[in-house]
Amino acid sequence: MDQQHETATMGMWLFLVTEIMFFGGMFCAYLVYRYNYFTAWDVGSQHMEIKWGAINTVVLICSSLTMVLAVHAAKLGNKKMIVFFLFLTILLGAAFLGIKAVEYTNHWNAGEVPGLNWHPSELGNADPRHVAIFFSLYFCMTGMHALHMVIGIGLLTWLLIRAQKGDFTSEYNSPVEMTGLYWHFVDVVWIYLFPLLYLVSHHHHS
Amino acid sequence: MSHTDPRSLQTHDTGESVELPHSHGPTTKMFIAVWIALLVATGLTVLIASIDLGALSAPIALTIATIKAVLVILFFMEIKYQTKMTMTVLLSAFFFLGLLLCLTMADYISRAWNATF
Repeated sequence: MDQQHETATMGMWLFLVTEIMFFGGMFCAYLVYRYNYFTAWDVGSQHMEIKWGAINTVVLICSSLTMVLAVHAAKLGNKKMIVFFLFLTILLGAAFLGIKAVEYTNHWNAGEVPGLNWHPSELGNADPRHVAIFFSLYFCMTGMHALHMVIGIGLLTWLLIRAQKGDFTSEYNSPVEMTGLYWHFVDVVWIYLFPLLYLVSHHHHS
Repeated sequence: MSHTDPRSLQTHDTGESVELPHSHGPTTKMFIAVWIALLVATGLTVLIASIDLGALSAPIALTIATIKAVLVILFFMEIKYQTKMTMTVLLSAFFFLGLLLCLTMADYISRAWNATF
Protein backbone atom coordinates (compact mmCIF):
# COMPACT_ATOMS: atom_id res chain seq x y z
CA MET A 1 0.00 0.00 0.00
CA ASP A 2 2.78 2.38 0.89
CA GLN A 3 4.56 1.70 -2.35
CA GLN A 4 1.37 2.12 -4.36
CA HIS A 5 0.78 5.44 -2.64
CA GLU A 6 4.31 6.64 -3.35
CA THR A 7 4.07 5.61 -7.00
CA ALA A 8 0.77 7.42 -7.49
CA THR A 9 2.13 10.52 -5.75
CA MET A 10 5.29 10.64 -7.84
CA GLY A 11 3.35 9.99 -11.04
CA MET A 12 1.08 12.92 -10.22
CA TRP A 13 4.05 15.16 -9.48
CA LEU A 14 5.65 14.17 -12.80
CA PHE A 15 2.47 15.28 -14.53
CA LEU A 16 2.54 18.54 -12.56
CA VAL A 17 6.14 19.08 -13.72
CA THR A 18 4.89 19.05 -17.32
CA GLU A 19 2.15 21.47 -16.26
CA ILE A 20 4.71 23.80 -14.65
CA MET A 21 6.65 23.84 -17.92
CA PHE A 22 3.44 24.39 -19.91
CA PHE A 23 2.51 27.48 -17.89
CA GLY A 24 6.22 28.34 -17.69
CA GLY A 25 6.26 28.99 -21.43
CA MET A 26 3.53 31.59 -21.04
CA PHE A 27 5.24 33.17 -18.03
CA CYS A 28 8.39 33.37 -20.15
CA ALA A 29 6.53 35.17 -22.95
CA TYR A 30 5.10 37.50 -20.32
CA LEU A 31 8.59 38.28 -19.01
CA VAL A 32 10.06 38.95 -22.48
CA TYR A 33 7.28 41.37 -23.49
CA ARG A 34 7.17 43.05 -20.09
CA TYR A 35 10.89 43.70 -20.49
CA ASN A 36 10.47 45.12 -24.00
CA TYR A 37 7.14 46.96 -23.66
CA PHE A 38 7.13 48.05 -20.05
CA THR A 39 4.92 51.13 -20.66
CA ALA A 40 2.26 48.95 -22.28
CA TRP A 41 2.42 46.51 -19.35
CA ASP A 42 2.03 49.39 -16.92
CA VAL A 43 -0.99 50.77 -18.79
CA GLY A 44 -2.50 47.32 -19.43
CA SER A 45 -2.45 46.27 -15.78
CA GLN A 46 -4.29 49.47 -14.87
CA HIS A 47 -7.22 48.19 -16.93
CA MET A 48 -7.50 45.26 -14.50
CA GLU A 49 -9.79 45.53 -11.50
CA ILE A 50 -7.73 44.65 -8.42
CA LYS A 51 -10.97 44.14 -6.50
CA TRP A 52 -12.03 41.14 -8.62
CA GLY A 53 -8.52 39.71 -8.76
CA ALA A 54 -8.17 39.93 -4.97
CA ILE A 55 -11.61 38.42 -4.32
CA ASN A 56 -10.80 35.55 -6.68
CA THR A 57 -7.46 34.98 -4.93
CA VAL A 58 -9.30 34.68 -1.61
CA VAL A 59 -11.90 32.35 -3.19
CA LEU A 60 -9.15 30.06 -4.54
CA ILE A 61 -7.24 30.03 -1.24
CA CYS A 62 -10.47 29.05 0.56
CA SER A 63 -11.07 26.32 -2.04
CA SER A 64 -7.57 24.99 -1.40
CA LEU A 65 -8.41 24.77 2.31
CA THR A 66 -11.68 22.88 1.66
CA MET A 67 -9.80 20.61 -0.79
CA VAL A 68 -7.13 19.77 1.76
CA LEU A 69 -9.86 19.09 4.35
CA ALA A 70 -11.60 16.76 1.86
CA VAL A 71 -8.31 14.85 1.42
CA HIS A 72 -7.88 14.75 5.18
CA ALA A 73 -11.43 13.41 5.61
CA ALA A 74 -10.73 10.81 2.90
CA LYS A 75 -7.66 9.59 4.78
CA LEU A 76 -9.81 9.16 7.86
CA GLY A 77 -12.49 7.46 5.77
CA ASN A 78 -15.11 9.97 6.89
CA LYS A 79 -17.62 9.78 4.02
CA LYS A 80 -19.88 12.61 5.19
CA MET A 81 -16.99 15.05 5.53
CA ILE A 82 -15.45 14.05 2.16
CA VAL A 83 -18.75 14.78 0.41
CA PHE A 84 -19.23 18.03 2.35
CA PHE A 85 -15.77 19.44 1.63
CA LEU A 86 -15.75 18.29 -2.01
CA PHE A 87 -19.07 20.05 -2.48
CA LEU A 88 -17.70 23.26 -0.90
CA THR A 89 -14.63 23.08 -3.16
CA ILE A 90 -16.80 22.73 -6.27
CA LEU A 91 -18.90 25.69 -5.10
CA LEU A 92 -15.82 27.89 -4.59
CA GLY A 93 -14.39 26.79 -7.95
CA ALA A 94 -17.65 27.77 -9.64
CA ALA A 95 -17.59 31.13 -7.81
CA PHE A 96 -14.10 31.77 -9.18
CA LEU A 97 -15.25 31.06 -12.74
CA GLY A 98 -18.34 33.24 -12.24
CA ILE A 99 -16.19 36.20 -11.16
CA LYS A 100 -13.82 35.54 -14.05
CA ALA A 101 -16.81 35.64 -16.41
CA VAL A 102 -17.81 39.04 -14.97
CA GLU A 103 -14.28 40.31 -15.60
CA TYR A 104 -14.20 38.98 -19.16
CA THR A 105 -17.58 40.63 -19.82
CA ASN A 106 -16.24 43.95 -18.53
CA HIS A 107 -13.17 43.66 -20.77
CA TRP A 108 -15.40 42.88 -23.73
CA ASN A 109 -17.63 45.90 -23.04
CA ALA A 110 -14.56 48.13 -22.65
CA GLY A 111 -13.26 46.92 -26.04
CA GLU A 112 -10.23 45.28 -24.48
CA VAL A 113 -10.28 42.00 -26.39
CA PRO A 114 -7.53 42.00 -29.05
CA GLY A 115 -8.61 40.77 -32.45
CA LEU A 116 -12.32 40.51 -31.65
CA ASN A 117 -13.35 43.74 -29.98
CA TRP A 118 -10.37 46.06 -29.76
CA HIS A 119 -10.95 49.75 -29.17
CA PRO A 120 -9.37 50.39 -25.77
CA SER A 121 -9.38 53.80 -24.10
CA GLU A 122 -6.96 55.60 -21.77
CA LEU A 123 -3.78 54.07 -23.09
CA GLY A 124 -1.65 57.13 -22.28
CA ASN A 125 1.58 57.13 -24.26
CA ALA A 126 1.64 53.36 -24.71
CA ASP A 127 1.55 51.85 -28.21
CA PRO A 128 -1.92 50.21 -28.62
CA ARG A 129 -0.28 47.29 -30.45
CA HIS A 130 1.90 46.63 -27.41
CA VAL A 131 -1.04 46.88 -25.03
CA ALA A 132 -2.80 44.34 -27.31
CA ILE A 133 0.05 41.90 -26.57
CA PHE A 134 -0.52 42.43 -22.84
CA PHE A 135 -4.22 41.68 -23.22
CA SER A 136 -3.56 38.68 -25.49
CA LEU A 137 -1.27 37.21 -22.86
CA TYR A 138 -3.80 38.08 -20.14
CA PHE A 139 -6.52 36.12 -21.97
CA CYS A 140 -4.15 33.23 -22.80
CA MET A 141 -2.90 32.85 -19.25
CA THR A 142 -6.17 33.38 -17.38
CA GLY A 143 -8.04 31.40 -20.07
CA MET A 144 -5.71 28.41 -19.72
CA HIS A 145 -5.99 28.74 -15.95
CA ALA A 146 -9.80 28.84 -16.20
CA LEU A 147 -9.76 25.74 -18.44
CA HIS A 148 -7.76 23.97 -15.71
CA MET A 149 -10.40 25.08 -13.21
CA VAL A 150 -13.19 23.64 -15.40
CA ILE A 151 -11.32 20.31 -15.66
CA GLY A 152 -10.73 20.44 -11.88
CA ILE A 153 -14.43 20.95 -11.20
CA GLY A 154 -15.18 18.00 -13.50
CA LEU A 155 -12.77 15.80 -11.53
CA LEU A 156 -14.24 17.00 -8.22
CA THR A 157 -17.75 16.16 -9.43
CA TRP A 158 -16.58 12.66 -10.37
CA LEU A 159 -15.02 12.32 -6.89
CA LEU A 160 -18.20 13.60 -5.25
CA ILE A 161 -20.27 10.92 -6.98
CA ARG A 162 -17.78 8.21 -6.01
CA ALA A 163 -17.54 9.48 -2.44
CA GLN A 164 -21.31 9.35 -2.11
CA LYS A 165 -21.17 5.69 -3.14
CA GLY A 166 -18.69 5.16 -0.32
CA ASP A 167 -15.76 4.38 -2.62
CA PHE A 168 -13.17 6.12 -0.48
CA THR A 169 -11.89 4.70 2.78
CA SER A 170 -8.86 5.19 5.00
CA GLU A 171 -7.32 2.38 2.91
CA TYR A 172 -8.16 3.68 -0.57
CA ASN A 173 -8.26 7.41 -1.24
CA SER A 174 -5.61 8.11 -3.86
CA PRO A 175 -8.01 9.68 -6.40
CA VAL A 176 -9.03 12.32 -3.82
CA GLU A 177 -5.43 13.02 -2.87
CA MET A 178 -4.18 13.25 -6.48
CA THR A 179 -7.03 15.54 -7.53
CA GLY A 180 -6.09 17.62 -4.48
CA LEU A 181 -2.54 17.99 -5.81
CA TYR A 182 -3.92 19.12 -9.17
CA TRP A 183 -6.29 21.62 -7.53
CA HIS A 184 -3.52 23.15 -5.40
CA PHE A 185 -1.29 23.42 -8.46
CA VAL A 186 -3.98 25.46 -10.22
CA ASP A 187 -4.13 27.64 -7.09
CA VAL A 188 -0.36 28.20 -7.20
CA VAL A 189 -0.58 29.32 -10.84
CA TRP A 190 -3.18 31.92 -9.85
CA ILE A 191 -1.02 33.04 -6.90
CA TYR A 192 1.51 34.20 -9.54
CA LEU A 193 -1.01 35.41 -12.14
CA PHE A 194 -2.65 37.80 -9.67
CA PRO A 195 0.38 40.00 -8.89
CA LEU A 196 1.80 39.72 -12.44
CA LEU A 197 -1.38 40.77 -14.23
CA TYR A 198 -3.16 42.96 -11.68
CA LEU A 199 -0.52 44.48 -9.40
CA VAL A 200 2.33 44.97 -11.85
CA SER A 201 1.84 48.70 -12.31
CA HIS A 202 3.80 51.26 -10.32
CA HIS A 203 0.91 53.58 -9.54
CA HIS A 204 -2.57 52.19 -9.13
CA HIS A 205 -5.86 53.97 -8.89
CA SER A 206 -7.77 51.17 -7.21
CA MET B 1 1.42 8.66 5.68
CA SER B 2 -1.56 8.88 7.94
CA HIS B 3 -3.58 6.35 5.95
CA THR B 4 -1.36 3.57 7.28
CA ASP B 5 -1.27 5.08 10.72
CA PRO B 6 -3.09 2.62 13.02
CA ARG B 7 -4.54 5.55 14.97
CA SER B 8 -6.28 6.79 11.82
CA LEU B 9 -7.93 3.41 11.42
CA GLN B 10 -9.04 3.60 14.99
CA THR B 11 -10.78 6.93 14.46
CA HIS B 12 -12.34 5.51 11.32
CA ASP B 13 -13.76 2.61 13.28
CA THR B 14 -15.21 4.82 15.97
CA GLY B 15 -16.51 7.18 13.30
CA GLU B 16 -14.91 10.23 14.88
CA SER B 17 -13.08 12.91 12.97
CA VAL B 18 -11.36 14.30 16.05
CA GLU B 19 -7.73 15.29 15.49
CA LEU B 20 -5.10 12.80 16.53
CA PRO B 21 -2.87 14.38 19.15
CA HIS B 22 0.38 12.61 18.32
CA SER B 23 -0.02 12.13 14.58
CA HIS B 24 3.13 12.84 12.56
CA GLY B 25 1.14 13.77 9.48
CA PRO B 26 -0.56 17.10 8.79
CA THR B 27 -3.34 18.25 11.11
CA THR B 28 -6.48 20.33 10.62
CA LYS B 29 -5.02 22.98 12.92
CA MET B 30 -2.01 23.28 10.63
CA PHE B 31 -4.23 23.61 7.53
CA ILE B 32 -6.20 26.43 9.18
CA ALA B 33 -2.95 28.19 10.18
CA VAL B 34 -1.61 27.96 6.59
CA TRP B 35 -4.97 29.21 5.26
CA ILE B 36 -4.86 32.26 7.56
CA ALA B 37 -1.24 32.96 6.56
CA LEU B 38 -2.25 32.83 2.87
CA LEU B 39 -5.14 35.25 3.45
CA VAL B 40 -2.90 37.66 5.39
CA ALA B 41 -0.27 37.53 2.62
CA THR B 42 -2.96 38.26 0.00
CA GLY B 43 -4.20 41.26 1.99
CA LEU B 44 -0.63 42.45 2.41
CA THR B 45 0.22 42.24 -1.29
CA VAL B 46 -2.96 44.18 -2.25
CA LEU B 47 -2.16 46.81 0.41
CA ILE B 48 1.44 47.18 -0.76
CA ALA B 49 0.27 47.49 -4.38
CA SER B 50 -1.60 50.68 -3.45
CA ILE B 51 1.64 52.27 -2.24
CA ASP B 52 4.01 53.74 -4.83
CA LEU B 53 7.24 51.78 -4.35
CA GLY B 54 8.70 52.41 -7.79
CA ALA B 55 10.89 49.64 -9.15
CA LEU B 56 10.56 47.67 -5.91
CA SER B 57 6.85 46.93 -6.31
CA ALA B 58 7.27 43.95 -8.68
CA PRO B 59 10.02 42.18 -6.65
CA ILE B 60 8.02 42.64 -3.43
CA ALA B 61 4.79 41.34 -5.01
CA LEU B 62 6.67 38.33 -6.43
CA THR B 63 8.38 37.60 -3.11
CA ILE B 64 5.00 37.50 -1.36
CA ALA B 65 3.62 35.29 -4.16
CA THR B 66 6.57 32.91 -3.74
CA ILE B 67 6.05 32.71 0.03
CA LYS B 68 2.39 31.85 -0.64
CA ALA B 69 3.33 29.24 -3.26
CA VAL B 70 5.86 27.62 -0.92
CA LEU B 71 3.22 27.43 1.84
CA VAL B 72 0.74 25.74 -0.51
CA ILE B 73 3.34 23.31 -1.89
CA LEU B 74 4.82 22.38 1.50
CA PHE B 75 1.65 22.01 3.53
CA PHE B 76 -1.41 21.71 1.25
CA MET B 77 0.37 19.59 -1.35
CA GLU B 78 2.18 17.88 1.54
CA ILE B 79 5.53 17.83 -0.22
CA LYS B 80 6.97 18.10 3.30
CA TYR B 81 5.77 14.53 3.93
CA GLN B 82 6.81 12.98 0.60
CA THR B 83 9.85 10.91 -0.33
CA LYS B 84 13.12 12.52 -1.43
CA MET B 85 12.47 11.17 -4.93
CA THR B 86 9.21 13.13 -5.22
CA MET B 87 10.92 16.27 -3.91
CA THR B 88 13.65 15.81 -6.52
CA VAL B 89 11.02 15.57 -9.26
CA LEU B 90 9.56 18.91 -8.09
CA LEU B 91 12.96 20.57 -7.80
CA SER B 92 13.79 19.47 -11.35
CA ALA B 93 10.74 21.43 -12.54
CA PHE B 94 12.00 24.59 -10.81
CA PHE B 95 15.46 24.00 -12.24
CA PHE B 96 14.24 23.73 -15.83
CA LEU B 97 11.80 26.60 -15.39
CA GLY B 98 14.69 28.73 -14.11
CA LEU B 99 16.80 27.62 -17.06
CA LEU B 100 14.01 28.57 -19.48
CA LEU B 101 13.51 32.02 -17.98
CA CYS B 102 17.21 32.83 -17.42
CA LEU B 103 18.50 31.72 -20.84
CA THR B 104 15.64 33.47 -22.64
CA MET B 105 16.19 36.72 -20.75
CA ALA B 106 19.98 36.44 -21.12
CA ASP B 107 19.32 36.55 -24.85
CA TYR B 108 16.86 39.46 -24.88
CA ILE B 109 18.79 41.59 -22.38
CA SER B 110 22.05 41.27 -24.31
CA ARG B 111 20.71 42.09 -27.79
CA ALA B 112 22.46 45.22 -29.05
CA TRP B 113 19.73 45.89 -31.63
CA ASN B 114 17.10 45.76 -28.93
CA ALA B 115 16.49 49.53 -29.14
CA THR B 116 14.82 49.08 -32.53
CA PHE B 117 12.95 45.94 -31.49
